[in-house]
Amino acid sequence: MESSGVMAAEAKKESNISIVWRRLRKNKLAVAGLIIIALLVLIAIFAPLIAPYDYAEQDLTNTFAPPSREHLLGTDDLGRDELSRLIYGTRQSLQIGVFSVAIATVLGTTLGVFAGFYGGKVDILLMRFLDIYQSIPGLLLSIALATSLGPGLNNAIIAIGVSTMSVYARIIRASLLKVRSMEYIEAARAINATDFRIVMKYALPNAIAPLLISITMNIGNSILAASMLSFIGLGAQPPVAEWGAMLTAGKDFIRTHGSLITYPGIAMVISVLSFNLLGDGLRDALDPRLKN
Amino acid sequence: MIPVLLGVSLLVFTIMYFTPGDPAVIILGPSATQESIAQTKHELGLDKPFGERYLEYIGNAFLRFDLGKSYFTGRSVSDEVLVRLPYTLKLAGLAILWSIIIGIPAGAIAAMNQNTWKDNATMFGALFFLSMPAFWFALVLVMIFSINLRLLPVVGIESWKGYILPVISMSVGGAAGIARQTRSSMLEVIRQDYVTTARAKGQKERLVITGHILRNGLIPIVVVAGNSMGTMMGGALIAETIFSIPGMGSYMVNAISKRDYPVVQGGVLVIAICFSLIMLLVDIVLAFVDPRIRAQFSSKKKKGSAAKWKAAA
Amino acid sequence: MKEAEKLLTISDLTVEFTSDREIIQAVNHVSLDIYKGETLGLVGETGAGKTTIAKSILRILPKPQGRTKSGNIIFNGTDLLSLSEQEMRKIRGNKISMIFQDPMSALNPVVSVGKQISEAISLHQKLSKKETKELAIKMLEMVGIPGGRYDEYPHQFSGGMKQRVIIAMALACRPELLLADEPTTALDVTIQAQVLEMMAKLKEELKTSMLLITHDLGIVAETCDKVAVIYAGEIIEYASVEEIFDNPLHPYTLGLFGSLPSSDGNKEKRLKPINGMMPNPARLPSGCKFAERCPHASEECRANEIELADTGEGHVVRCIKHSLVKEAR
Repeated sequence: MESSGVMAAEAKKESNISIVWRRLRKNKLAVAGLIIIALLVLIAIFAPLIAPYDYAEQDLTNTFAPPSREHLLGTDDLGRDELSRLIYGTRQSLQIGVFSVAIATVLGTTLGVFAGFYGGKVDILLMRFLDIYQSIPGLLLSIALATSLGPGLNNAIIAIGVSTMSVYARIIRASLLKVRSMEYIEAARAINATDFRIVMKYALPNAIAPLLISITMNIGNSILAASMLSFIGLGAQPPVAEWGAMLTAGKDFIRTHGSLITYPGIAMVISVLSFNLLGDGLRDALDPRLKN
Repeated sequence: MIPVLLGVSLLVFTIMYFTPGDPAVIILGPSATQESIAQTKHELGLDKPFGERYLEYIGNAFLRFDLGKSYFTGRSVSDEVLVRLPYTLKLAGLAILWSIIIGIPAGAIAAMNQNTWKDNATMFGALFFLSMPAFWFALVLVMIFSINLRLLPVVGIESWKGYILPVISMSVGGAAGIARQTRSSMLEVIRQDYVTTARAKGQKERLVITGHILRNGLIPIVVVAGNSMGTMMGGALIAETIFSIPGMGSYMVNAISKRDYPVVQGGVLVIAICFSLIMLLVDIVLAFVDPRIRAQFSSKKKKGSAAKWKAAA
Repeated sequence: MKEAEKLLTISDLTVEFTSDREIIQAVNHVSLDIYKGETLGLVGETGAGKTTIAKSILRILPKPQGRTKSGNIIFNGTDLLSLSEQEMRKIRGNKISMIFQDPMSALNPVVSVGKQISEAISLHQKLSKKETKELAIKMLEMVGIPGGRYDEYPHQFSGGMKQRVIIAMALACRPELLLADEPTTALDVTIQAQVLEMMAKLKEELKTSMLLITHDLGIVAETCDKVAVIYAGEIIEYASVEEIFDNPLHPYTLGLFGSLPSSDGNKEKRLKPINGMMPNPARLPSGCKFAERCPHASEECRANEIELADTGEGHVVRCIKHSLVKEAR
């Protein structure tokens, strides 16, 4: 009985994925976002092969060089090749996005499972905590956490991850509460399935759609947040080639060499926009009701 | 409300408490003797246990509005905050105002022209602005309008012109978010039966949109606007450092780099309190907009409905 | 049937919906007459196109998707489909009103019920604010709601009370025609009778004609003068209530009666549900649309479009085998 039900559920999931994929493919902007993300991943992986120079290689005799054949986008205040730094920067941005969201998802899911599954006092306590947590503006919380952890890219990633986890906690909790009240959970209890199995089997799959949308959208937001931390000196430290840090360094030369803030900014907009386009596309594909 | 503020202060205090590095060493410099470090610690009350320090801190903060002294200047944090907070609130307030003025009509136009080029262009534009680091946009604006065109001042707020660039740079993200929310909540309402009822009464299309569709879609929009006030205050911190505005931002960013913790802690706490007050205001506005929420309020004055909507959004 | 004045004449109405590149034929060449003071029942199952007909009369079809492809809707001598939007607005809620199926969602949740009635009044009548409110209160009282509840909101009313509010709103401008789209389907059975009775009474008082959309033959028997049975967007039978009940000629109409439980204590007679489902309106079959489910269907039925045939006494039916049906009955 149970195994046939699981198989049916699996078959349904399979077809669901293909339905979502088919819908997603129709959305040209989402596909464009996906392609750009794939390119960014490739660039990040093969950065040492693609980049003409090392990101930290200085040439103090050739600072602020205009674009030339040797330096396609010119050089910065320390004579470092701008293009190479942009290429290496892809690595940092993707890392920031992926790792901070991973931290947030794991923390948030754990909290949400506790709150939604145990309910009662645990739930009330955790929800109160999240209320308090969310009454501190996100960026401010990241700043406080990053200050406490100290400057550096890894600490910035942790700070952003920790400060954005409440969204995931709420999604998981909501889905758990919904599932808890459904009859098939009663049925699962009746056949003596363990609590943990119930959670894994029924509640999490239900939460996957909203979770996936939040994850995709938050990768972009995390990249933005990290750049802000870099801007106030809490993010990536020199000589790391991170776009936010490059912007911050370039800010001092805004009157004379605007290109130093233009290029990293454009790179950041393109990558964040790609994640957001994909996120929007996923939302429409996973929940077409929202679109119409 | 009060439990939330106490919770916020505990959270902020705890984060700062676990910050590595001895404040006494930061103040006195690395060459200080063990003795003088111990003495400074004692003077600052840093040798007391966590609970006692926290109680003392919130006691001072909430009862006497005393947030401690800066490690470096020795000046009262509360006094600084009183001078600086108005600038930050003014910036954030202006920015949220503009976000609403631009965001709601843009979202409404998109919703009423769903799946046409107007809709697609507005929504792509909104997503584009949401994908942009606000401080980068501020720098680009400075480059164009202050440095190249020389139309507006680069820094400072001596005249109203000084507010233009910071407010624009801060409001585009908020406007984009509000436009997206307006569109989706209007589309949700547009198919409701009561909209058809309004049309069947012979109501003018414009009034169907404003009086029935927008009015019902307003609830999530108000929540998003309230939430973006939090983002705005975060954004104000950044904008202030770029445009050299003497608000909370420049004060705190400076303190962060010097590890002047009382300033950071006080600043975060004050802004969090402001944000909590704004969320309370959002709840009141919601009750004003929606009689169902009003009824909920009067029957059981429990649980912020804003939090509920936030969870739903 | 007595000679009465025609209030509304629908001729050859065809309505299409477009969705995801599919074209759905919601209403196909429908013609109807409603006489003054008369109640016409429009009967059929969900998705047959009943609501679409009512919405096309008021021209409030869902905007980008639905459109009237052909036909005329003559109301008091003017073709509604040729009016400008502005002229049409003067008719909506004034000369023709509509009551919707689901009272739970047909009222704006953030506007007080009184204001919603006043809105309908002030759109069409030049009254002072005070007079408007007085009239709205009078309307509330007319449907059995104390006027003191003027400032209350929809969530404070039960389903039946909400439907009364909607009826008050629809009748506020004394319309000549009332389109009632399953006005009692969403209500409890006990409330249904109350609401129907009240509607019948008010209709008499105000001398309003009515198009009553329903799938409940009991309601038809109680309230209607004539009945049009609709299937897959087509009228398949049209006659007086007596004729339809005593002498149903279309197998589908017959099937509708067969799926009614009888109350005469005859337990031997089992319910006879109609087999199968209505055809997909995006891919309607040629010939008789009901052939698929019809016990009498033959090749002939599927070959050509079936025309409405007059069997006398104003009883028309879209079935070439109706005499056979009559015998088999």
